[in-house]
Amino acid sequence: MNIFVLLKSTFDTEEKIEIRDNRIDDEAAELIINPYDEYAVEEAVKQRDTHGGEVTIISVGGERSEKQIRTALAMGADKGVLINIQDDLEEPDQFTTVRLLQAFFEDKEVDLILAGNVAIDNASGQVGPRLADKLNLTCITTITSLTIDGGVASIERDVEGDTEIIETHLPLLATCQQGLNEPRYPSLPGIMKAKKKPVDELELDDLDLEEEDVAPKTKTIEVFLPPERKAGKLLEGEVTEQVQELVSLLKHEAKII
Amino acid sequence: MGETMERIVKGGAFIIEDLTPNDIITPEDFTEEHEMIAKTTEDFVIGEVLPVVDKLENHEFEYAVNLLKQAGELGLLGVDVPEEYGGLGLDKISSSLITEKFARAGGFSVTHGAHVGIGSLPIVFFGNEAQKEKYLPLLATGEKIAAYALTEPGSGSDALGAKTTAVLNDEGTHYVLNGEKQWITNSAFADIFIVYAQIDGNKFTAFIVERDFPGVSTGPEEKKMGIKSSSTRTVILEDAQVPDENVLGEIGRGHIIAFNILNVGRYKLAVGGIGGAKRGIELAVKYANQRKQFQTPISSFSLIQEKLGTMAANTYANESAVYRTVGLFEQRMGNLTEEALRNGKEVANAIAEYQIECSLTKVFGTELMDFVADEAVQIHGGYGFMQEYEVERMYRDSRIQRIFEGTNEINRLLIPGALMKRAMKGELPLLQKAQALQEELMMLIPEEVEDKVLEQEKYLVKNAKKIGLLAAGLAAQKFGVNLEKEQEILANLADIVSEVYLMESALLRTQKAIEKEDSEKNNLKILYTEVYVQEAFNRIEAHAKETIIASEVGDTLRMTLSAMRKLTRHDPTNVINKKREIAKAIIKAEKYRV
Repeated sequence: MNIFVLLKSTFDTEEKIEIRDNRIDDEAAELIINPYDEYAVEEAVKQRDTHGGEVTIISVGGERSEKQIRTALAMGADKGVLINIQDDLEEPDQFTTVRLLQAFFEDKEVDLILAGNVAIDNASGQVGPRLADKLNLTCITTITSLTIDGGVASIERDVEGDTEIIETHLPLLATCQQGLNEPRYPSLPGIMKAKKKPVDELELDDLDLEEEDVAPKTKTIEVFLPPERKAGKLLEGEVTEQVQELVSLLKHEAKII
Repeated sequence: MGETMERIVKGGAFIIEDLTPNDIITPEDFTEEHEMIAKTTEDFVIGEVLPVVDKLENHEFEYAVNLLKQAGELGLLGVDVPEEYGGLGLDKISSSLITEKFARAGGFSVTHGAHVGIGSLPIVFFGNEAQKEKYLPLLATGEKIAAYALTEPGSGSDALGAKTTAVLNDEGTHYVLNGEKQWITNSAFADIFIVYAQIDGNKFTAFIVERDFPGVSTGPEEKKMGIKSSSTRTVILEDAQVPDENVLGEIGRGHIIAFNILNVGRYKLAVGGIGGAKRGIELAVKYANQRKQFQTPISSFSLIQEKLGTMAANTYANESAVYRTVGLFEQRMGNLTEEALRNGKEVANAIAEYQIECSLTKVFGTELMDFVADEAVQIHGGYGFMQEYEVERMYRDSRIQRIFEGTNEINRLLIPGALMKRAMKGELPLLQKAQALQEELMMLIPEEVEDKVLEQEKYLVKNAKKIGLLAAGLAAQKFGVNLEKEQEILANLADIVSEVYLMESALLRTQKAIEKEDSEKNNLKILYTEVYVQEAFNRIEAHAKETIIASEVGDTLRMTLSAMRKLTRHDPTNVINKKREIAKAIIKAEKYRV
């Protein structure tokens, strides 16, 4: 099976967000594999171990993303591809990523593409479904179980807390939800092997794309941190007085009723 | 992995030689694989160990055994075991990073450390082919767990005074061991013990003793102040039957194994101290940011910032010194041929080379850990005294570090002792340098220090070495062979030597980082270096002065003190301001960073 995993480098969940010149400054931040993409990597490795074939990790990002690709290789993936847009594109959006991936997949034989359900940074959840559309692939989102047997995929997906059971055919693009599996830690032998696995680096030219082909369709107007939470207010007096005051505050101060 | 250094540096030579930044390995030299290994360890500790800490602290050791097996599957137990015996045979930086990241697990890090370090390494370094083939593959995977049994009720620091006996049976097939080994880590569940016993009353010898051998048992679990997640019991040997092929190394040469394994154990404790200190800083600064008094987060009070600044600067200096030492080992051991690696004597020599560095990093690394744990509790105030807070456990766990693997007092005495021995053997031209210094001091005119970054620190490191030589030379002259009885002076000299190593390590590391990339990224490293070098220099001055005063009287005393003043004259650094700057970065990052 030819399995591909779409992988994004994101901020470590412990990192603090800092804004500089209307952009999130990521220079000093520790990066990790987007946690939902980790489920995708784990699933890809497991499917490959059952059915044979090859797992390719593909990531759109900058130089630093190579480390996350290596981590996925240490988890067991076979090879990596980095589409490096660091020097060419200032503010890529989901359109950019999908367009790049579409170009990449043009000449690829695909059985299964796995992606995270959502990235924990921008949280658009768009890249997987939009890419499936462009590639004319079946797309199933938020899967929590995947069994493949002779080209037929039996899938469970999370639907707002309920479970939907689906049967479909490969090729397929699926996005992975928490609960699908328990991603492994990259073992030390895995880390040493990953060192020798190939990671190809592609740029716009290599995909026969010009900057204007992938120019973002959205524009970021402003980036700001959520306002600091203000201290709460404690109402005093009899219950009826408190209720009256609360209603009055909601009407006149908060202006929400 | 890692960059190789340009030349082999002799152990202890730093006290008289000037080194360049390229002579040392620094954390900035770590490779991507090193970082990934560290990350896997950290994720394993956070994901698997911490959720069961309460069970471990409660002595439910089946969890410990299970965790060790899981760690074995990930390769976390096999780093120091050669590939041909089922291990990974990776470099010393990799195994050190694992040790550093395990520190956060508290008592369980002791379990892990005892297994991979003092438990397994005696066989790695000194086992014969058959012993390596039999035991190492099982130790590397965690199928069997190892322990180290040296201490006895009557012999702690005086390890060679062990009373456990070993007598060859009449058939000549087994040694019969009798005695008690006390406070043995992992003893509740270890399968293999490295045991030391006297053959014929005076041939101190190491044995590989399996738990299942007849006559081997353990006493009840000890009730300890800290590291409760680890098992500590007495190992009882009652006519224990040990096959004669389980003699480890040469008969009567057990001390070679014991002392060298302790050396390795020591630098590993120092590495653990760094990991613990980093966690302590993180807990302290997070709490200080969140805790408000007088409607203000307490991290905005400058006295709290002073604590954070000191903790971080000291951590930087220790981290620099410890990984420099790891680098020395890596280079020395990495240069041994396959053949030499099979020869216990060669291996022992390689380890013994850096005995001084091992002792001093152990002393300072464990005292750093203790200091940070103490200050972290202090910053937590009353909450730090409550068991719901991690710092409470950290405080109790850290206390033993200054005691085991040779108390810090014994290690302090070892440092000047080893230096003097090397000087006497002609391996280090210490006495010649001390004499040359005395002449130099007669006409010394204090240098003008250039007003460039780190110039002052270079000058202070250079002079600190001279002050050390001056004090040591004087004490040696005055007391001669009786110097070994002047333990207060020896401890002073040990502190001077150690401080020199730490300040120089911080300085060289920062210089190396600047040479690689001269940018504002290195600002914090520069601040750490400036603060640590200044404060260490002040301490060195005090130690030297006390030593000189105890060694001389009258006019000679006055003359010597005034000679020393030529060396101590400098434009002092405003450490209060610099620590506030450091604290600002730490408060923002909410953790130690460089």
